[in-house]
Amino acid sequence: MDFASILSNAFGELISPTTAAYALAALGLAVHFGYSGLLNFGQAGFMAVGAYGFAISTLTFKAPFFLALLIAVVAAAVFALILGIPTLRLRADYLAIVTIAAAEIVRYLVTTNGWTAVTGSANGLAAFEGGFFAMNPFPPGTYPMGMNNRDVFIRVVGWSLVIVAGLLVWLLMRSPWGRVLKGIREDENAVRSLGKNVYAYKMQALIIGGVLGALAGMIFTLPRGAIQPANYGTELTFFLWTCLLLGGMATVLGPVIGAMIFWVVLSLTQGILSGLIESGIITWLSTVQAGQLRFILVGVALMLLMIFRPQGVFGNKKELAFA
Amino acid sequence: MGAIFASVVAILLVVAPASQATSPSPTPSPSSTSSNFSISGFLRNAGAPLPDVKISVSGEGFEGSTTSNANGSWNIGVPKSGTYQVELDESTLPEGVALAEGQENPRQLAFGQTSNQTTIFAFGAGIVVQQGNFAQDLTNRLVAGLSFGLLLALAAVGLSLIFGTTGLTNFAHGEMVTLGAVLVFAFNAMGLPFWLTLILALVGGGLVGYVQDAGLWRPLRRRGTGLVPMMIVSIGLALAARYVILFYFGGATEQLPGAQSAEIQLGPISVSPNNLWSLIICAVVIVTVGLVLMKTRLGKATRAVADNPALAAASGIDVDGVIRIVWIVGGVLASLGGILWAYYRPGVSFNMGSQILLLIFAGVTLGGLGTVFGALIGSIVVGIFTELTTVFGAPADLKYVIPLGVMILVLLIRPQGILGRRERVG
Repeated sequence: MDFASILSNAFGELISPTTAAYALAALGLAVHFGYSGLLNFGQAGFMAVGAYGFAISTLTFKAPFFLALLIAVVAAAVFALILGIPTLRLRADYLAIVTIAAAEIVRYLVTTNGWTAVTGSANGLAAFEGGFFAMNPFPPGTYPMGMNNRDVFIRVVGWSLVIVAGLLVWLLMRSPWGRVLKGIREDENAVRSLGKNVYAYKMQALIIGGVLGALAGMIFTLPRGAIQPANYGTELTFFLWTCLLLGGMATVLGPVIGAMIFWVVLSLTQGILSGLIESGIITWLSTVQAGQLRFILVGVALMLLMIFRPQGVFGNKKELAFA
Repeated sequence: MGAIFASVVAILLVVAPASQATSPSPTPSPSSTSSNFSISGFLRNAGAPLPDVKISVSGEGFEGSTTSNANGSWNIGVPKSGTYQVELDESTLPEGVALAEGQENPRQLAFGQTSNQTTIFAFGAGIVVQQGNFAQDLTNRLVAGLSFGLLLALAAVGLSLIFGTTGLTNFAHGEMVTLGAVLVFAFNAMGLPFWLTLILALVGGGLVGYVQDAGLWRPLRRRGTGLVPMMIVSIGLALAARYVILFYFGGATEQLPGAQSAEIQLGPISVSPNNLWSLIICAVVIVTVGLVLMKTRLGKATRAVADNPALAAASGIDVDGVIRIVWIVGGVLASLGGILWAYYRPGVSFNMGSQILLLIFAGVTLGGLGTVFGALIGSIVVGIFTELTTVFGAPADLKYVIPLGVMILVLLIRPQGILGRRERVG
């Protein structure tokens, strides 16, 4: 077994753009659930709206990069509005069911054959990242860890975005606005009796978290240069929840560290398992099954976390969105 | 006729829109290839074979193409089992011939246990409108929708009972549905007689319900875990269970015995015997559950616990006992629903339950969370909506979208659902 390559792969996951995308999306979930108590199970839908909003405006409408970015962000905000209007007045579990249904609707809509010309149906879209990489300030060449200049650029942009978003969320949550939001999480009726418009606050939180999800969707697709609708299923949302709960839901650092732990552990288990299989120590598993075993572990980890340490690694038990 | 032939095979082999064709499916004649694995099919438009159409196959490190021969059949040998992408070059089709609506091109094809995979590209104006008889189409779809709705209701009633008595929104219910079908397949593969496999699968479903409650949910209730954490635990359980099933069952779609049957004509309605059986079984089971709930002491106790657990306990009802029975019944019903769903699709796959989980939720929410008869009515509405959308011209690959959209709309207008009470919604 080549421990050096397993470790360097795992370290690579620590700063990979996918991890940055997960961190950003999980930060959005932290705004939704950790700070406001909104059960959003449709974060994959927000990511899909962001990714497709960006790709379609680039490919179909030939929009320049920043316009496409703006369109994607506005699309996510509109999606949040459409979701929020019917559901934010309802009980929490209704919001969960409606958001997961809405995310699936988005996935079905971009998969349908009727709009292949625009969405590429099941094959998805590709070759929309040109505008982004045209702005690459890093000269071509070799960089540490075998990266090229594109790899460096997307990592720098992705993690800068995570830092900026984290700062923004941190500042927002210690502002008066954030205190009202936390108040809503603790006792909605108490805040309402103070004359605050609870519905409007919840809607604003839903939009902010959703926009973070849309940005995550873009960071997720840009390095791949391709979008496939199958990537935006409900399991993506569940993985994001696992990241959020790993780190701690009502913290800024929690979702980021959670995403890092999630991907490093996935990479380590995959590396070690396939190493053991190749060297013949484990014979009762195939490499494919080893991949499946990891996701069984994710499910079990999610259950155990929720039962035994619902506040996550960094969280404060007093700040749980539920009693 | 060819379009009808093609569409029958399309349903059986590809997950394609249902049709009401009445003919058995012909098998394409095998042609000689050197490799062990092959992908084949035949191309016919309105009965006439389509020669010289280019088909290309790629995947598993292999790429190749062929053209259809004079009787429209084609065959490509591939090096090994796996998943391949098959693409029909539409520019090589003769003038005036196009793929039918909803025909995936290119499409993914996965090998199961067999060494030959067949895929059919249907041509013509579209499968949905092929008969042109709107009224007959409508009645056939209504029957199919009713059958689908009732099998959804089996799972939905269990989910709703569990929600009503414990407050848990159980995201792992889809995996209980999958389990029923997978158990039948597994026991059948062991060579047990079919009736025994059914009984064992139902017992297995009940057992899983019991074990789940005793090993996980009751301890959590004892700890006083909140409803939202329990819901997230159920998501973790669903994820773990789905991949455990994938681990042992594999990613392929398998067929249960007797999954393919010719449709029979009942007066103006043509329906497959499987769908008819499914309808009868569901109706009997649901009426039984309804009678037990309304007429027996146990049913009364269940309704009391659903209404107010604390008060029920105070009046001497064994709340934990009732919840245990609800979990067992929920497991059995989900298992039965899964078996029927495997015949309805048709096919058994590791994610078949999670595919309809949201439709089950839609049924439960439409009817009103926690009301058993609401779940029944909501599920039938969802089933009929799902099947009828294709009659009214919606693309077949969007047929699950419309009921989900309807659910969101209903929540906008009547958040408590059709039969729910207003105060249940916060």
